[in-house]
Amino acid sequence: MRHLLSIADLSSTQAIQILDTAEELSRVSDGPMKKLPTLRGRTIVNLFAEDSTRTRISFEAAAKRLSADVINFSAKGSSVSKGESLKDTAQTLQAMGADAVIIRHSASGAAQRLADSQWMTGSVINAGDGTHEHPSQALLDAFTIRKNLVHGGNDLTGIHVAIVGDIIHSRVARSNVLLLTKLGAHVTLVAPPTLLPTGVESWPVAISYDFDSVIGKVDVVMMLRIQLERMSELFFPNAREYSHYFGLNRDRLKMMKPTAIVMHPGPMNRGLEITADSADSARSVILQQVTNGVTVRMAILYLLLAGSQELGVQP
Amino acid sequence: MINSRPTSFNDPSCEAGKEIDMSLALPAPDMDRAITRISHEILERNSGSESITLLGIPTRGAHLAARLAAKIEAIEGRAVQCGTLDITLHRDDLRMRPPRALMPTTIPSMGVENRNIILVDDVLFSGRTIRAALDALGEIGRPASVQLAVLIDRGHRQLPIRADYVGKNLPTSLAQIIKVQFTELDGLDAVTLEEGAL
Repeated sequence: MRHLLSIADLSSTQAIQILDTAEELSRVSDGPMKKLPTLRGRTIVNLFAEDSTRTRISFEAAAKRLSADVINFSAKGSSVSKGESLKDTAQTLQAMGADAVIIRHSASGAAQRLADSQWMTGSVINAGDGTHEHPSQALLDAFTIRKNLVHGGNDLTGIHVAIVGDIIHSRVARSNVLLLTKLGAHVTLVAPPTLLPTGVESWPVAISYDFDSVIGKVDVVMMLRIQLERMSELFFPNAREYSHYFGLNRDRLKMMKPTAIVMHPGPMNRGLEITADSADSARSVILQQVTNGVTVRMAILYLLLAGSQELGVQP
Repeated sequence: MINSRPTSFNDPSCEAGKEIDMSLALPAPDMDRAITRISHEILERNSGSESITLLGIPTRGAHLAARLAAKIEAIEGRAVQCGTLDITLHRDDLRMRPPRALMPTTIPSMGVENRNIILVDDVLFSGRTIRAALDALGEIGRPASVQLAVLIDRGHRQLPIRADYVGKNLPTSLAQIIKVQFTELDGLDAVTLEEGAL
């Protein structure tokens, strides 16, 4: 495989390979010398046509730790804001000799378009496309769950995950549902009906409208951000009512299993979907997710760029 | 078996290898003797096992390191520091092959700082693996010294690297394949030499 466009394209073997590679890389990152020579001389372009803090910085840190050269390119302040098309942008990057493009775009399928086109020859890594997928986030979430809850075994069999909140606008939820179920976890979506996409019945998940009845049974509570910027109509009566029914607060924290963990892909709306004390509690692995994000992205870059051909492994 | 495969002309040792299709280069008892001898040589050179740390290069170097450690422990009657060092991220041929799976690196409790490190690998060939291992080691710390122990030295060095401890020198042609087997992995202990396509 040359690109990482969606979790749907990955087999569970490939996903586990990425997680295992990240596992080994995390040990290297813990050492005194964090820089590896592996991708020396490779040029990676961060093409972010949509705002991002942690994904862009995380990919940049991952690329730099593997000694790749990173060019950051954001829509604001570039010719994209003058109306340059994706095609012209891609051809420009190709002409500059980019070995890989990490793309975030507000249009679903933008990464796929870039990979299918003949505009450039390098690898394409999807860092979030519209409301479609965000594969690297799902991989780092699966990695974090495995690290915290799975002892022995390399997949997530037997783990029960609740994904709570704005499912309809969330590419993180889509990628996570695909990946977690692919790795053997059981997923329950918790949201008001207005925040569930049409066709959700066909997903391989359970659905609940009642957070309190689910929270005591799960091993992982994954809170999603309410994406106000994508909401052009009214999805719930008001913020207070949403927090009351679907927010994670101190009382709900007490209902969780003793070993259960709290996750959030960030950025958080503190006080809306998650209270500050829940986000900062001992159960929260939110900062671990950020740390793991760098190692998982190093693994992705290593597997896509270090070798010459397929993602298949040679022992 | 067919014996018409091309052999290298720039290496005189290929003539010797021509006769062999597949032969046992080192049977299990000899392998054990070689490991015993190397253990004694390591102890002699380092005046005991106190200052040494064995680091095996996965996969088979790690198994050989564990064998050496067990032997040294039996001789000295005390625990010896033994771990593994994965060199994949430092290889210079990454771009020529499909991506390789990373193997575990486990550095024993005393670390590498100011230790006498014995790098352990099964076969010494081009020397590129050892160069990568020296780089990987440099990332972790600054050892007092680095020595190299291998079970088989098959020649054809491409870098100025030599082994301090060698189980057996085995002159080969580039077309030949050396296969080292360990009971833990392969069910038996043996080193075999096979004819292969160049």
